Amino acid sequence: MSYQPPRFAFRQPPELGAGGHGECRVAVVGGGLVGLTVALDLSRRGVGSVLLDDDDTVSVGSRAICFSKRTLEIYDRLGLGARMLAKGVTWNRGVVHFRDKIVYEFNLLPEAGHAFPAFVNLQQYYAEEWLAAACAETGLVDLRWKNAVTRVEPDGEAVRLEVQTPAGDYALRADWVLACDGAHSTVRRALGLGFVGKVFHDHFLIADVVMHRNDLPTLRRFWFEPPFHDGGSALMHRQADDVWRVDLQLGPDAEPERETEPARVRARLEAALGRSDFEIEWVSVYTFRCRRLERFRHGRVLFLGDSAHQVSPFGARGGNGGVQDADNLAWKLAGVLNGEAGVALLDSYDAERIPAADENILNSTRSTDFMTPKTEAARAYRDAVLELARTQAFARPMVNSGRLSRPAVLRGSPLNTPDEDAWQGGVPPGAPAEDAPVGAAGWLLPALADGGFTLLLFDAEPVELDDPGGGGVRAIRTVLIRSADAPGALWDREGLFARRYDARPGTAILFRPDQHVAARWRHAAPARILAARDRAMGGA
Amino acid sequence: MSQLDLTPRLADPDALFEALVEAHRGLDPAASRRLDARLVLLLANHIGEMEVLRAAIALARACGSETP
Repeated sequence: MSYQPPRFAFRQPPELGAGGHGECRVAVVGGGLVGLTVALDLSRRGVGSVLLDDDDTVSVGSRAICFSKRTLEIYDRLGLGARMLAKGVTWNRGVVHFRDKIVYEFNLLPEAGHAFPAFVNLQQYYAEEWLAAACAETGLVDLRWKNAVTRVEPDGEAVRLEVQTPAGDYALRADWVLACDGAHSTVRRALGLGFVGKVFHDHFLIADVVMHRNDLPTLRRFWFEPPFHDGGSALMHRQADDVWRVDLQLGPDAEPERETEPARVRARLEAALGRSDFEIEWVSVYTFRCRRLERFRHGRVLFLGDSAHQVSPFGARGGNGGVQDADNLAWKLAGVLNGEAGVALLDSYDAERIPAADENILNSTRSTDFMTPKTEAARAYRDAVLELARTQAFARPMVNSGRLSRPAVLRGSPLNTPDEDAWQGGVPPGAPAEDAPVGAAGWLLPALADGGFTLLLFDAEPVELDDPGGGGVRAIRTVLIRSADAPGALWDREGLFARRYDARPGTAILFRPDQHVAARWRHAAPARILAARDRAMGGA
Repeated sequence: MSQLDLTPRLADPDALFEALVEAHRGLDPAASRRLDARLVLLLANHIGEMEVLRAAIALARACGSETP
């Protein structure tokens, strides 16, 4: 095997020696990518949590492999960005085949002047292992492996969880429960919550394959009606450690038990790869859904990641969407727990992340409908697009082999202060910060990761704020950025900050603790800055 | 934003009809269907206005479902 998963030790929970009852402020249910991310983010904000996971290891199989730029930026804020970049496979190029011909090749051509590339491919288990270690290091995350939540009961201003462990069962009363327990969420079932959306019936075979040969380029390769496979589509993508992801559409009538028989899998993969010098590390047959809960906040229970919304894997929108949920929620919950914000701030998690989930679901549904046409007419149009795309550039944007994850722009958020001044583009309220090179060799985003709000002033003097806040999420820290190198200010070395933010002398931009823009002005006025901050804290 | 133009605009409508039928000669039903789809996509791109295209799609559908 290319990877040895860690086995996390089960430790007897203190509740078992204390009458079988305990209390905590925050319980995170599920120690996967999203649960570990939100627990780590909370700990960076000084908030402890109890993390309950029914297993004692990381994800089986590579699962979410495409980590987007925004996700890497979030992990950089949490201290893991450099490690993910170093281990992950950076890729920009892709090729789309139709039957035995190439339809077109693309290059994501990432814009220069960002610390992180558009995507790296990294097996989910690496991210989880590093996140678990980082959580443990903080001393604020009580990681409880082999602790399975079996019952969930809202109980006034708290939630009562029943937890089963190898050493016995106990009850945990949590002020807040973050349900990060995946598509088959126990918490969701316990609360009897249903989904809205679409179920797709096509089966897909997914496999991790180790090939110690470097004669294959680092490409995202996608086939419609591949000549080597009788299903509808195939995908091949490189990950770290010479592991390759292969995804083969099997159709609606496939039988999962039969399709995972080793000899059958090997035959399919040999046909797909055109070689037999590989080892199979992981195989699974799946179907997928494009759907979400009607609301993600249910009183003191909040749903994040796959427990809240599910998409097809082809746009890299599952893992990246879940990480953005965590990024969105952690500072808000920290603000509520610190007494800096009212509980109503948590309603903005719904207001912001439901539209984001809908965008992911829309893109994912459209990709799936293109890949698996349901009617003769749909197939004719799909094939027509592919036939045209070979020679006609206009048809290429219609080829849909997955619309890759883009960070959510929280356009309609009640936390945004709408523009009053005139802007030629730039980064509008609700959008995540755009990175830019600053100083001799630094980047802008780390300057916006101080825990609270950041007021960025371009070629301007600092302003006096009556109520800058304390050390929590509500605090406003002023950062100066200048077009010329000067002490006490960031230097917009290549002018890219000014260009990306449409900044002119005097421009002021207020960033939230999650690096999304809360408000922007041509000239900083203290009263407006404080009002925008208070609005972003749920106060307006 | 322009509207879907429904005035008769073709100088030689018989020639267009002939050209369309001719284009399908020798094609089986599936290939014919793809040809029509390619044609629709080419023309849609030429028109380039989503509102006009939506109006055309709605009208095409409505005309097909009306009883004569």
